[in-house]
Amino acid sequence: MLNEDTANDLLNHAIDMASLGMDANEPETETLETSIEVEHLSLYYGDKRALNDISLRLPRNRVSAFIGPSGCGKSTLLRCFNRMNDLVDGVRIEGTIRINGQDIHARTVDVSALRSKVGMVFQRPNPFPKSIYENVAYGLRLQGVRDRRRLDETVERALRGAALWDEVKDRLHESALGMSGGQQQRLVIARAIAVEPEVLLLDEPASALDPISTLKIEELIYELKDRYTIVIVTHNMQQAARVSDYTAFLYMGDLIEFDDTRRLFTNPGKKQTEDYITGRYG
Amino acid sequence: MDKTSLGHHISQQYNAELEGVRNRVLAMGGLVEQQIAQAVASLCEGDTALAEAVINRDVQVNALEVSIDEECSQILARRQPAASDLRLIVAIIKTITDLERIGDQAEKVARMGERLAEQDQPRKGYDEIRTLGRLAGEMVRDALDAFARLDTEAAMQVVQGDAQVDHEYEGIMRQRITHMMEDPRQITRSLDVMWAARALERIGDHARNIAEYVIYLVKGKDVRHTSIEQIEKAILD
Repeated sequence: MLNEDTANDLLNHAIDMASLGMDANEPETETLETSIEVEHLSLYYGDKRALNDISLRLPRNRVSAFIGPSGCGKSTLLRCFNRMNDLVDGVRIEGTIRINGQDIHARTVDVSALRSKVGMVFQRPNPFPKSIYENVAYGLRLQGVRDRRRLDETVERALRGAALWDEVKDRLHESALGMSGGQQQRLVIARAIAVEPEVLLLDEPASALDPISTLKIEELIYELKDRYTIVIVTHNMQQAARVSDYTAFLYMGDLIEFDDTRRLFTNPGKKQTEDYITGRYG
Repeated sequence: MDKTSLGHHISQQYNAELEGVRNRVLAMGGLVEQQIAQAVASLCEGDTALAEAVINRDVQVNALEVSIDEECSQILARRQPAASDLRLIVAIIKTITDLERIGDQAEKVARMGERLAEQDQPRKGYDEIRTLGRLAGEMVRDALDAFARLDTEAAMQVVQGDAQVDHEYEGIMRQRITHMMEDPRQITRSLDVMWAARALERIGDHARNIAEYVIYLVKGKDVRHTSIEQIEKAILD
C-alpha cells in the first residue's frame, strides 16, 4: 500500500520529460503523483533482450498509452506491472518496478494480491462461462466474501462503473457468453474493477471490437481514470491520441520518448517518434 | 522538420496528396504575387485595363482558397495527420486565408488605381506607392520562399521586414496629410492614395503572418503575438 513518505519522494518528478523543452507560453505541466515507477528495467527471454534499460514514471489517475510497432516490447512492459511475465519460461528481469512505492518484486509481495491491485484486460474478451453476475462477483468470492448483500452491491457498482449496468440489469443471471464482444469486454473491465484495483492494465482492449464498441470502451477509460491509474497498449495511434494523457513510444525494446500526449502527437521530440506516428519509414 | 520530410510516407498516395496541396499553395502564392505587382503597376502607370484585369482575376484567388481548403479537409478526414504532417495542414489552412486577404488588398489597390486614373490630368507617378508595393511584394515572395524551403531564418527576416513597410506607410500618411492641408483640392486624390498605401501595409502584415506559420510548421512553436526576441529564441531552440 501507499507509503506517504515514499509517495512524496516520488512527487513532482512524475513527468520530467514532459516538461523538458516546454515554453513558458505552453500549458504548464501538471504536478502529479507517480503511480508506477520503472527504473532501469531490462527483460530477457532467454538470451534475447526484449526490454532495454527502461526508466519511466507513470502518473496516478491518468491514462498512459504505450505505442510502437509489433515486437517493440510494449505488451511485455505492460505485463511486467502485474508480473504476468513470471508465468513465461526463461524470463529474466533486471531493474525495479515500484507501484505506489512498493517494489513489486520484493520477497514479501504476494503475487495474487498484486494482481488484484493491478487488474488486467486483454485483447480478446475472456468472460468465464458463468452468469454475468458470477463473472463480476468472481474476484470477491475468491477472496472469501459470502455476504449476499455485499456481493450484490459490488456487482452493481462494478457494472455501473463499466457502463454496462443499464444494458444487463435485467439479465444478470444469464450466461455472459451470450453478450456481444463489446459488452463482454466491458464485463471483463467490471470484473477487474470489482476487486477495487489501483491500476488497470489494458492490452489492446478494443482491437477486436467494432468502432462503436471501441468508442464505448474509450469513453469508459475516460470515466475510470478518476479512480484508477490506467495503462493502455494499443496499435491504434489515434486511439492513444484520443484516450491518453501521456504516451510512451517504444521501439525494439527501447523507450524512445515519453511525453504529454498533446505534445507527442503534434510536435514529438525524436525523429523516430515522428516517423512512426506520421507513417514514415525511418 | 527537414526539407525532404514531406515524403517518405509508407503510403505513396499520402506523399502525393501532401506534395500536391503544398504545390497548390505555392501556385496560389504566385498568382497573388502577380496580383500585387500588377495592381501597383496599374496605379502608378494609370493603366485602367491592367487594373480591370487584376480586379477580375481575384475570383481565381478566391477559388483556389476554397479548393485548397477542401483538399485539406479531405486529408484531415482521411489521413488523420499527426506531428509535422498535421502542422503542415494547419499552416496551409491559415496561409491560404492570408493569401486570399492579400488578394483582396491587391484588388483594392487596383480599384484605387482606376479612380486615380479618372482624376489625374496629367498622371502622376506615385513613386511612394511603387516603393511600398515593392517592399510588400517582396515580403510576400520571401514568406512563400520560406514556406517552400521550410526556412525559419528566411521567415524571421520577413517578420523583421514588416517594420520597414510600416515605416514607409507612415511616411506616406504624413506626406499626404501635409498635401491635404496645403491644398484641399488634393483631398480626394490623397485619400485614394492613402487607401492604396493602407492596403499595401496590410499585405505586409499578412506576409508576416505567413512567415510565422512557417516557424510553427518547422519548429512546432506558435510565435504569433510574441516579440521578435521570442521568435528568435524559438528558431534557435
